[in-house]
Amino acid sequence: MTDLTQFRAEAREWLEHNCPPTMREPVRSFEDYYMGGRNPEVGHPDQQLWCERMAQRGWTVPHWPREYGGGGLNAEEQRVLREEMARIGARRPLDSFGISMLGPALLKFGNEEQKQEHLPPICRGEIRWCQGYSEPNAGSDLASLQTRAEDQGDHYIINGQKVWTSYADKADWIFCLVRTDNSGSKHEGISFVLFDMASPGVTTRPIRLISGSSPFCETFFDNVRAEKKNRIGEEGKGWAIAKYLLTHEREMISGFGASSGPSLGKKALETVGTDADGRLDNSALRHSIAQYQLDARCFAATMARVGDEVKAGQGLGAASSIFKYYGTELNKRRNELNLAVAGESALGWEGQVYCDGEMARSWLRSKGNSIEGGTSEVQLNIVAKRVLGLPDA
Amino acid sequence: MLVLNEDQVMLKDAAAGFLAGRATVSHLRKLRDSNDETGFDPAVWREMADMGWAGIAIAEAYGGLGYGYIGLGLVLEQAGRNLSASPLESSVLVAATALAELGTEAQKECWLPAIASGDKILTLALQENPHHAPLRTALRATRDGDHFILEGSKCLVTDAHVADVFIVIARSEGRPGAEHGLSAFLVEAGAPGVQVERRHLVDSRNVGVLTLHDVHVGSENVIGEIGAAWPGLSRTLDIASIGLSAALLGIATETFERTVAYLGERKQFGRVIGSFQGLQHRAAHLFAELELARSIVLQALQAIDAEDPGLPLLASAAKAKLCEVATLSTNEGIQMHGGIGMTDEHEIGFFIKRARVLQHQFGDYHYHLDRFARLSGF
Repeated sequence: MTDLTQFRAEAREWLEHNCPPTMREPVRSFEDYYMGGRNPEVGHPDQQLWCERMAQRGWTVPHWPREYGGGGLNAEEQRVLREEMARIGARRPLDSFGISMLGPALLKFGNEEQKQEHLPPICRGEIRWCQGYSEPNAGSDLASLQTRAEDQGDHYIINGQKVWTSYADKADWIFCLVRTDNSGSKHEGISFVLFDMASPGVTTRPIRLISGSSPFCETFFDNVRAEKKNRIGEEGKGWAIAKYLLTHEREMISGFGASSGPSLGKKALETVGTDADGRLDNSALRHSIAQYQLDARCFAATMARVGDEVKAGQGLGAASSIFKYYGTELNKRRNELNLAVAGESALGWEGQVYCDGEMARSWLRSKGNSIEGGTSEVQLNIVAKRVLGLPDA
Repeated sequence: MLVLNEDQVMLKDAAAGFLAGRATVSHLRKLRDSNDETGFDPAVWREMADMGWAGIAIAEAYGGLGYGYIGLGLVLEQAGRNLSASPLESSVLVAATALAELGTEAQKECWLPAIASGDKILTLALQENPHHAPLRTALRATRDGDHFILEGSKCLVTDAHVADVFIVIARSEGRPGAEHGLSAFLVEAGAPGVQVERRHLVDSRNVGVLTLHDVHVGSENVIGEIGAAWPGLSRTLDIASIGLSAALLGIATETFERTVAYLGERKQFGRVIGSFQGLQHRAAHLFAELELARSIVLQALQAIDAEDPGLPLLASAAKAKLCEVATLSTNEGIQMHGGIGMTDEHEIGFFIKRARVLQHQFGDYHYHLDRFARLSGF
């Protein structure tokens, strides 16, 4: 028996014994994702149990090194684990910005002490992180951020405001971009610091979106203390880390574009009807859906191709920008077509008959996809300059 | 894996190097301006054949290289980039595939090595109307004892006036529209009743009209089984569509790269026009579309070699997408070149002309998007 076959057998047996039946049911709503934290939002108590069991094996973050709480699995083992989890329909035990965004930055730029302190609690789902990037006057032009960090010897005192902080009201710690120096160009003088959201002087205020939900907050810092030992990388050199992390964020958001589900065209056959030849009985809608499904198929092929190229050691560099751009625009198109296909039933806002407005809310939420994590226009700027080599204005 | 292996990269580089030196847009212009009788350079074609390219996708048992369609797709892409004039599309991509898919063992043994060596040029005669509609084939094949009599005409026959043999799709039974009753025949050029008239399309490449009047062919000239050509023909057309998509990928990519280079050179208002965001965003969007186009072409080429049952859907996805992206790339190419792009002296116009002919052949954007929707179940 090869090592991999043995790994598969062990993983299969362990998952069979340890994954609670409730955690093998499909994810239906956002509440079914477990984000962890000091005061976790628990949709079902088994979420915590499942997370704890997986964390003990390091399988909440199977690709991180064991010494930091990960599973230390190689690429093949990760694939086997994914396959075995998919086999029984096991949910991901833990989703968090700690895993998807801060972790990769800490592994690349953090010192040993910082990795030891912050990575294991992420793997165990004990600390929930949020991202302090955008400010009221620093959106697309992120580098013009003005939140101040004053040097106080062994710590900084932070004053300022962040906005669009995802789940700041539920997060335990923040990774935050602050200005430690105002004298140079705007890209210099930015530092990347971590601090506790329970610190005195931190307040959050949820922002109600057009979709009715409030996943983002305004976050205010009034003389908040942040220890210098929690600054990642050198003082004033935080922009490189911020950019690195943004590529991870873009990849995460562009994943929305690949979302599958039943084909829109087939759904439309039910809601709109068929003509004498069995085709969708509205040729204009049929064309729009066909073009969408064609593009979605080509986009999925591109994600697969670039994935293979990265594995083969080629990589595309600024590719994450075209993914972010194309994936989010596709997702918006899909949501618009959902409305066209479902008609009146997609416009409901409340009530069981409309599934509490799920379709409308998803449609409205999708409008933000091409804004958050760098707007479509910013992604096109990046491609034009970094990939095509076109000059600045 | 959606990546090229070492052999494939070497083949691609070899094709790029050779074609960029020997069969370029300026060679095509010379062929056009001198009303060249052949319509391509036979010496260049001989060299291409000697390098094995005429047999690239033909099995080794029939004198080919056995590199599969990924290999042929890579060469076609480079031919698209350079607008290289040769029988690569007519004889190697389409006719050899039709024979491999439909032919009897004896027919394959007879004709595939002749195509692979470059000694013979074969071409498919299918289209009868202004639109690609294979099932509506009406050219009549009537049985007469142990013979068949062919009567009718075909348009858009690639390399018609230089072809040695035609693969003629005819209707031996049934009404136009039916799958059953379609047959394929080998018809030699110069046989009694066979007439070829060369035509000139916008792309300055070789096409012609084939007219068959009371042409008698023996039953040994039926490719495969009489009346049962549709399954093999359908797969041949899928493969042809994917091959032309690869050529369109070359055209769209080359046009794009030339256009981006021009944006970085041309100055107006005291700066290069590539610094204007209005143009930058359009160029970046086109770059994204080209990445999608490249992915679907590679996936479709792999599906041919893997005998993937999803080939029809992938073929229509690839051709529809490449028609769309080639239209965008060549239209933007002319617009962004401005006035110089409208001149015959500039080469960008050659690309848009060739693109539209390739887009039309074997079904355009609308044909394939409609088919994609149908095969997707709506």
